[in-house]
Amino acid sequence: MTGQTDPRDDLPDHLSALRAFAISLCGDVSMADDLVQDTIVKAWTNIEKFTVGTNMRAWLFTILRNTFYSMKRKRKREVPDSDGLLAGRLCEKPAHDGRLAFNDFRRAFSQLSPEHREVLILAGASGFSYEDVAQMTGVAVGTVKSRVNRARARLSDILGLAEGEDPVSGADAATIAVIGAAGVRAA
Amino acid sequence: MKEGDDGKSKLRAQIDENLKRVYQEALEERIPDHLRDLLDRLRQKEAGK
Repeated sequence: MTGQTDPRDDLPDHLSALRAFAISLCGDVSMADDLVQDTIVKAWTNIEKFTVGTNMRAWLFTILRNTFYSMKRKRKREVPDSDGLLAGRLCEKPAHDGRLAFNDFRRAFSQLSPEHREVLILAGASGFSYEDVAQMTGVAVGTVKSRVNRARARLSDILGLAEGEDPVSGADAATIAVIGAAGVRAA
Repeated sequence: MKEGDDGKSKLRAQIDENLKRVYQEALEERIPDHLRDLLDRLRQKEAGK
């Protein structure tokens, strides 16, 4: 059995990604470090639950997000929800040069619910498939897809950009209605 | 209509680009020593059993 390797040897390879996911998820570096530490200890002591040959990163991310939600539930009892405070703060309109300023984006991202941040990071930034994300978050693939869409729409909303909507068209329609009504009266 | 779809996909691409950057910046942050050493400590603890 000399060919048998310990899957725990692969854990260091995932440290950076785990921490990046943790930071993106909770937006707080010290909480992120606690999360990564708990995740590594859990993975280490429960390594027999990992199926060799499957995606270790997905397995670790799943442990981390589950730890995050239970930590959050615990902390909620102790301190008021900071998400609510953040969400109430409006960010200024983006500069109209057609590009999103990264700082505005980051601020808007931090105002999303953890569920929305999670799904955007997993499916949008870290390259997991919808199927992977569904498995990791314990919901159906369809739910992942609609959650991604809602998260994007919410982001656009906070950034003051209505997705696929032209703000001028409303005014145009009103103008057309007035012209139309005038036309009817004249006739 | 076409223009609206165009704007939508452009916005979507920008969101994706920014999301990748949020993740990438977190990825490039230096890992604190206590996390880096954690695996060594776990291994030593197990060897000492």
